[in-house]
Amino acid sequence: MEVTIKLNGRTVSDDVSADMLLIDFVRAHGCLSVKRGCETSACGLCTVLLDGEPVLSCSTLVARADGHSVHTLEGLQDEASEFVGFIADQGAEQCGFCNPGFVMNTIALLRENPDPTDDEILSYLSGNLCRCSGTWVSCEVFATFSPAETWKGALVNRPDYQSVGKSVRQEGLAAAPFGQARVHRGYRA
Amino acid sequence: MRPQSLEEAWELNQKKRNRVVGGMMWLKMGTHSFNTAIDLCDLGLDAIEETEDEFRIGAMATLRQMEKHPGLDVYSCGAVKAALCDIVGVQFRNGATLGGSLWRRMGFSDVVALFLAMDSSVELFKGGVVPLEEFVRMPYDNDILVRLIVKKRPGAFALPGGAQAANRPAHAQLRSGQGGGGVPRRRGFPPARAMLLRDERGILAGGITEESAAAFADYAAGAVPVSGNMWGSAEYRRALVPVLVRRTLLALGEVR
Repeated sequence: MEVTIKLNGRTVSDDVSADMLLIDFVRAHGCLSVKRGCETSACGLCTVLLDGEPVLSCSTLVARADGHSVHTLEGLQDEASEFVGFIADQGAEQCGFCNPGFVMNTIALLRENPDPTDDEILSYLSGNLCRCSGTWVSCEVFATFSPAETWKGALVNRPDYQSVGKSVRQEGLAAAPFGQARVHRGYRA
Repeated sequence: MRPQSLEEAWELNQKKRNRVVGGMMWLKMGTHSFNTAIDLCDLGLDAIEETEDEFRIGAMATLRQMEKHPGLDVYSCGAVKAALCDIVGVQFRNGATLGGSLWRRMGFSDVVALFLAMDSSVELFKGGVVPLEEFVRMPYDNDILVRLIVKKRPGAFALPGGAQAANRPAHAQLRSGQGGGGVPRRRGFPPARAMLLRDERGILAGGITEESAAAFADYAAGAVPVSGNMWGSAEYRRALVPVLVRRTLLALGEVR
């Protein structure tokens, strides 16, 4: 079947199989930032923006995206650059495999809510999982990055944080600013 | 195929090896082979309409749309948002549809349980308007689910804390002014389909207190059928029923 999709602002037409997934389409057209992770619609590595909304490209048929706009990280370099640079500065990229999906969802969050609270960050990013450094590190970086100073540090007092960050707490780092705690991130489970 | 009318969608769906894909989240989880995937995305069924008397939620409306809808939030006392906001992640909820969730009628579905606690009906293309309580008991057929209709009735809704941690969400509604009796509604546990549990004995007729909530929880423990599978034993679920019912009722008491 013939589909036409506006991929990162460029109109792309292709003849695809009816059961082709959007992730395979965008990767076939050079958008290799989009990763296949869990294959169970849970990890968020394959996040793309479909008409501006974050969706799982591993669970979306290309046919449904026909006639619509799709953005991947390749098409949002300017918007992502500051946050991506900050992740790198913090050493929070770890293996980097989950970062594109995480950044895509972060962009979606900031577009929808430029000044999110800690609850809103945790809720919005709960669909992005990381197997090597832990999703919490990403949330921590987000907290450090965000200009909303009022909730910096509030996250470490949450019960769910305290269970996730047990090893850090044992090191007496939970009360430290995120920027200082980052060098000890490797201790985390 | 993206049919351009409900009639076309229905005709396509009469063939045994064709399948409506809904949001595709559940289909993605299994291995299937079918001839034609029927995508209802061109039929304008993705809207949530609110009138003075009811909500009309299209089958292709996403969970995220419902979660963000201010009218649903107010009417449900926050229960809609609370029920949906922890389902996987935002990206998932932007894909998962109301119709996909309702059609499967799975006992563990937050969506089914949530709307069972309200005065809800589904509109089927050929089958007409059917109360949701009846729909969840119906066998699967080849009709097309068009929308959900939620009547606005005076009442309160609650989702108990901890239910999602147990992966066994419970929702309750209390509707007063009908014979003076409360009507709490509870759901069942997998693998059974969702169910309503009414206060037929009037246990809560005098209001929700610690005592009446505990008494109704005991009643629920005997009234809700449970069974075991690889995710949980029948004993475990039997023990959960009164705990979640009691929490639900106490949460409902606070909402009121």
